[in-house]
Amino acid sequence: MQRVERDLNRFRQIVRGRIKKNLRKYMSHGEMIGRQGKRYVSIPLPQIDLPQFRYGTKQSGGVGQGDGELGDSLGQDSDQAGQGEAGSEPGAHALEVDISLEELAQILGEELQLPNIKPKGRKNIVTEKDRYSGIRRTGPDSLRHFKRTYREALRRQIISGDYNPDDPIIVPRRDDMRYRSWKEVLRPESNAVIIYMMDVSGSMGTEQKELVRMTAFWIETWLRFQYREIDIRYIVHDAEAKEVDQDTFYHIREGGGTKISSAYKLCKRLIEERYPATEWNIYPFHFSDGDNWGGGDTRECVDLLRKDILPKVNLFCYGQVRSLYGSGRFAHDLEDYLSNEELLVISEISDRDDIYDAIKEFLGKGK
Amino acid sequence: MRKTLLPPELESAREEIEGYAREYGLDFFPILYEVLDYRTLYETAALGGFPIRYPHWRFGMEFDQLIKGHVWMGSTIYEMVINTNPSYAYLLEGNETVTQKMVMAHVTAHVDFFKNNMWFAHTNRKMLDEMANHASRIQRIIERYGYEVVEDFIDTCLSLENLIDYHAPYIKRAEAQTKQPLVGEEEIPLVQGLKVDHEYMQSYINPPEFLHQQKRKIDEDRLKQKSFPESPQKDILLFLLNYAPLERWQHTILEIVRNEAYYFAPQGMTKILNEGFASYWHSTIMTQRALKASEIISFADLHSGVVATSGGRLNPYKLGIELLRDIEDRWNKGKFGKDYAECDDIQAKRLWDKQLGLGRQKIFEIRRLYNDVTFIDEFLTPEFIAEQKLFTFEYNRDTDLYEIASREFEEIKQKLLFRLTNFGQPFIYIEDANYNNRGELFLRHRHEGVDLQWNYARDTMHNLHKLWTRPINLETMIDERKRVITFDGIEFSERRLD
Repeated sequence: MQRVERDLNRFRQIVRGRIKKNLRKYMSHGEMIGRQGKRYVSIPLPQIDLPQFRYGTKQSGGVGQGDGELGDSLGQDSDQAGQGEAGSEPGAHALEVDISLEELAQILGEELQLPNIKPKGRKNIVTEKDRYSGIRRTGPDSLRHFKRTYREALRRQIISGDYNPDDPIIVPRRDDMRYRSWKEVLRPESNAVIIYMMDVSGSMGTEQKELVRMTAFWIETWLRFQYREIDIRYIVHDAEAKEVDQDTFYHIREGGGTKISSAYKLCKRLIEERYPATEWNIYPFHFSDGDNWGGGDTRECVDLLRKDILPKVNLFCYGQVRSLYGSGRFAHDLEDYLSNEELLVISEISDRDDIYDAIKEFLGKGK
Repeated sequence: MRKTLLPPELESAREEIEGYAREYGLDFFPILYEVLDYRTLYETAALGGFPIRYPHWRFGMEFDQLIKGHVWMGSTIYEMVINTNPSYAYLLEGNETVTQKMVMAHVTAHVDFFKNNMWFAHTNRKMLDEMANHASRIQRIIERYGYEVVEDFIDTCLSLENLIDYHAPYIKRAEAQTKQPLVGEEEIPLVQGLKVDHEYMQSYINPPEFLHQQKRKIDEDRLKQKSFPESPQKDILLFLLNYAPLERWQHTILEIVRNEAYYFAPQGMTKILNEGFASYWHSTIMTQRALKASEIISFADLHSGVVATSGGRLNPYKLGIELLRDIEDRWNKGKFGKDYAECDDIQAKRLWDKQLGLGRQKIFEIRRLYNDVTFIDEFLTPEFIAEQKLFTFEYNRDTDLYEIASREFEEIKQKLLFRLTNFGQPFIYIEDANYNNRGELFLRHRHEGVDLQWNYARDTMHNLHKLWTRPINLETMIDERKRVITFDGIEFSERRLD
């Protein structure tokens, strides 16, 4: 088995290197998000095969077999359709490689030089867990270790000379009995919650939501890698905010104006009611095009952030995406009023190429 | 190699099958079967059927793809056999006995083909040892020069692997291996004309035009001698081995890659015929002799899987077995030759039966002398194409789809032959190794209507440059225009020739 294992490992290593090299490209293409499974993503890797002089497939066509009128289509993939090279040449199509989300996160971390997150002061929060790892001589019958008991009995009978190989009857006695026992294991708990907030007012179009979706994919990939358990909550807002599920979050479209404070209020309530800051690592991410109602609303947002949200969270990230109507002032305002807040990260995402940098800014703090 | 004896029921199946095969006249090397679990089988398949190969990631990639195909698409490898003497063949553990019997019949025919087909005559029958030998030589080089350096060089060689002369083992080509000085000292021969006894006859025997012609011929010859190589070379790997500035270890690796490419070449050249022949025999042996009544359904299921065509795909097993059966029928009935060809009466042609019974004999003749190209070229008939519903397809730019283009005999035959000749790979020759008198390499792509795939061609030129170290020029056609593409080691440039 060793032989191909060695080549397989090398192949995986090359794939990894290739993904790393093209990470920026992958991050600005949405293609891998759609291919995400529970634990794996599938990544198309063109040209990992060795280059050779060969014919372009499109021009050459080929010979096939079966029913059909002239002009009937055979599909897009010539390998699928016709002859290839009378079936001899394998691997002429783009390769798809599966990679675990964990490995993808590692690559992301290495490439963006993301520091590992230090969960904030959570050392005193531990969970107790029972693990059945020991053996003792007393216990309830339901925990009897049959094999150990039998072995003890067999050993005793052999020592005492009672054991007859021709008539191997083993009778355990009281002191042969063995029972499983448990130990309490204390494990430091570090749970995290991501609270996504998004402006869904009329000015946020499909492309803007796609930007958010792609950014969110990478945020989740990284945070899932850092924490064992992650809760994700979704809040949408225009002039009012409400909590929704993931699907609605990315597809809902509302009209009307924008009142960002409404979302921050809901976020604050969520933290207070469900995610006490002493037990949870909290990561709110807010995306909007930066247009907010005039007057006091931005003021109110700043107050909410400073007094209620920032003191409780690990990090608060605001991503301002550029919409058809340009970018609003909200990012500037936050910077003006809250420039000294260390836990606030602001990034402007004008197009897909900016996702790479945004991720780097958001997650580069190691909080 | 690990020797596992076949379990008794398979051993008796082997004896039974081989017995039938001999009665039918098959003539094969001894076959050593080994039963493998699917992982080991796929591993061996990834290594091209050989238990020991040099380390290279593409084997890992191949394995990854095979396992995925098995797990996700349910594709299974039934049979694998390598061309050595004795031949090694692998069976998948846990298959039904009827499956193993069919595989054995199939394998036995393959081994007969390896042994008797003339295109395999020059292959190394001790390739198992040779491959292991290659592996240990490369391993030693790796230990000395480092994995990544060697891997990179192997990648480079493999990218040029198809630049060999598939017919070289069967033809003596002049000067393929002669080493000549690039520039030789030489005396320029004078134009003398024919010998003249009397001075006054000179202008009659050697008129000025004749002398002029002679001079031109001498000049041309000299020019030809100066050009190096004298005639275009197709075995580019051999040329590089002889003349590229390679270090010793690089030379070793390139030689190994070339050696293995030549070993595998006949299998590529006879894919349709070899698989057709093996399928013909497993079907004949099983249905006429080996099958028990209880096994018929399983066999029918398996066999139809082997020869299935789906989605318009051409299946070499199917094409091969059908064409062989067609030939068997034609030669049994005497449907060949002048009389048959010149007969205009469709009804008479259909009912033609001279009761010659030469079918089986013809099949054995074909397995000895033919490869895919000659097989298709000689035996494909319009009737066969209609019956088998063959068609050509082409890419339609407007719809971005492949579409059925024709069901005409000539077009199908031509396209099929085009895809089989030179493995359906472009013909590329070294024309000049001292191009521009600056040691540049000049290659010509013999354009036959289809352009090269450009992203691949550029990377390949890059790799050629690594070996040759001087600029690489390639003459080809792009969108119906003649071009010379040059790679000087840093960038590509393009020159028009028309």
